[in-house]
Amino acid sequence: MTGPTESEPTGSEPTGSEPTIEARGLVKRFGRTTALDGLDLDVMPRQVVAVLGPNGAGKTTFVRSVATLVKPDAGVLRVAGHDVRRDPRAVRRAIGLAGQFASVEPAMTGRENLELVARLYGQSARAARAAATAVLESFGLTDVAGRLVRTYSGGMRRKLDLGASMVSAPRLLLLDEPTTGLDPRARLDLWDAIDGLVERGTDVLLTTQYLDEAERLAGHIVIIDHGRAVAAGSPAELKRRVGGNVLEVHVRDEADLAAVAAVLARAGHEPQIDAAVRRVSAGVGDAGTVHALVDGLRAAEAAGVTVADIGVRGPSLDEVFLALTGKASPAEAPAETSTDV
Amino acid sequence: MTVSATAGGRGAGLPMGTFLVAKRAVLTFLRTPQLVIVGTVQLVGFLVTFRYVFGGAFGTYKGLDYVDFAVPGFIAAGVPFTLIGTAVVMAEDLHTGFVDRLRSLPSPSAAVLTGRVLADTAVLAWSLAIAALVGFGIGFRPHGTALAALAAFGLCLVFGLAFSWVFITLGLLARNGQAAQGLSLLVFPVTFGSSAYVPVDTMPGWLRAFAENQPMTWMADAVRALTLGDHAVHVLGHDAGYFVPRALAWCAVIMVVFAGLAVAVFRRG
Repeated sequence: MTGPTESEPTGSEPTGSEPTIEARGLVKRFGRTTALDGLDLDVMPRQVVAVLGPNGAGKTTFVRSVATLVKPDAGVLRVAGHDVRRDPRAVRRAIGLAGQFASVEPAMTGRENLELVARLYGQSARAARAAATAVLESFGLTDVAGRLVRTYSGGMRRKLDLGASMVSAPRLLLLDEPTTGLDPRARLDLWDAIDGLVERGTDVLLTTQYLDEAERLAGHIVIIDHGRAVAAGSPAELKRRVGGNVLEVHVRDEADLAAVAAVLARAGHEPQIDAAVRRVSAGVGDAGTVHALVDGLRAAEAAGVTVADIGVRGPSLDEVFLALTGKASPAEAPAETSTDV
Repeated sequence: MTVSATAGGRGAGLPMGTFLVAKRAVLTFLRTPQLVIVGTVQLVGFLVTFRYVFGGAFGTYKGLDYVDFAVPGFIAAGVPFTLIGTAVVMAEDLHTGFVDRLRSLPSPSAAVLTGRVLADTAVLAWSLAIAALVGFGIGFRPHGTALAALAAFGLCLVFGLAFSWVFITLGLLARNGQAAQGLSLLVFPVTFGSSAYVPVDTMPGWLRAFAENQPMTWMADAVRALTLGDHAVHVLGHDAGYFVPRALAWCAVIMVVFAGLAVAVFRRG
């Protein structure tokens, strides 16, 4: 299992062009802690890559290395074709960074914050004003542009922070846990904002603790643990690797659960009952979807019960994560209720 | 969307970067009432308290009113007190990622520091000007020329350049606001263990040995000598021509050492 992949031609990435990020055997130590331990990772043009891993896996150190904020001890790290150690300034011209906190100035207005960053990128006052206007508009902040940021909500600050990383239209956007600490509504908003950037052709490297976030935003996921890439691929590929579909039968009446489970057991499955959601589920291996569904319906018919919903789903990324790192998923996604296919 | 036309800025130069970072710091100061109040009232409070609480007990020193002895010393010692905020802000900027944001931009990272120094100088000029006005209000009068008095004021701003680097270093080392505030308590021994508030010849030998050989004493006496005119030699033993170059030499040493330290800590990331 190695990290970097020239993933199978499912996506729309053009192959053969120079990677936006190329990391080979990247090592970074802080005292006795090894944050990155030979990390290999590629981001190709037109790709959105999510780096997923438990706390302390090295996600933030990797992003900070790409952003030229920490110098790797060993290995190769090239961003937009430039070596981060030899030519950090060229790297900085190609990137926009939004770190773990909304690093905007509370005592300045939204517009002032954006113009400050734009001017530090070297834009003229006029160009900075235009860039700020465009960013405010695309993030839906035009109405609050003139208000001091200290009056903004957490979600608005994050959007502004994201906007600040976009004012120079960088080729690569680095997002370190962009939605940590946001309420579900603000998360959805921010996801939409990121989608918009991707549509306009920005490459994105994001770290996240939320599996649903990685799946929602990224076409390519790299799972890292102990400073190394342990798996990489599209969400579908990663799930396939763990294998095994799950049949789920929801019934109207809780009393019917046992009957459905009994019939499924007789058909050779190992059903589990979740009474709280009136659901019987069973791993059906790689059996065809239709085959599994038929089994479920037969079970219901035999038991003489009314089926509320029936479906077969692939494994969740949580299950993938558990299988690959031996740890439960690093954080529960906020307010998640199961909405299976 | 039209965000793309200006893609890949080449990065502002150091002077522009310094100006932009300083502008942000000054705006923050002006728009945060607590900062304005502290920056304006702190020195004034000190000044008035000492003038009326301790002034009576002090009487005169070598024929000089305490107010004329103390006000120049207060203003000189007010420089490090005013700049404590720099350590706190620097630590917080580091903590919240603001410094990371600036360092990830293509403008020179040094602007984060030089911009802070520039902003400090502006805020310091404001605070010291208020303190000087209040000093006049409570009876202080310079004995030398107006030009010498202006030079004394300018000299305090030069001290500010040196102390600004000290507090930037403390802030970078502390990494959070509270720790920075704690480290800044070092200001107390440095200012009170000097000639800023009282003449060192009233101190016990060990303290006097410390006070006579530390920069704050040279700075306070340099400012004082500039405001005493012909009285300087009688009161302080030497005139301004003796104290000022030594105070400036201390500033240069402090600046070189702490600017070097600050940059080293900053680069470490």
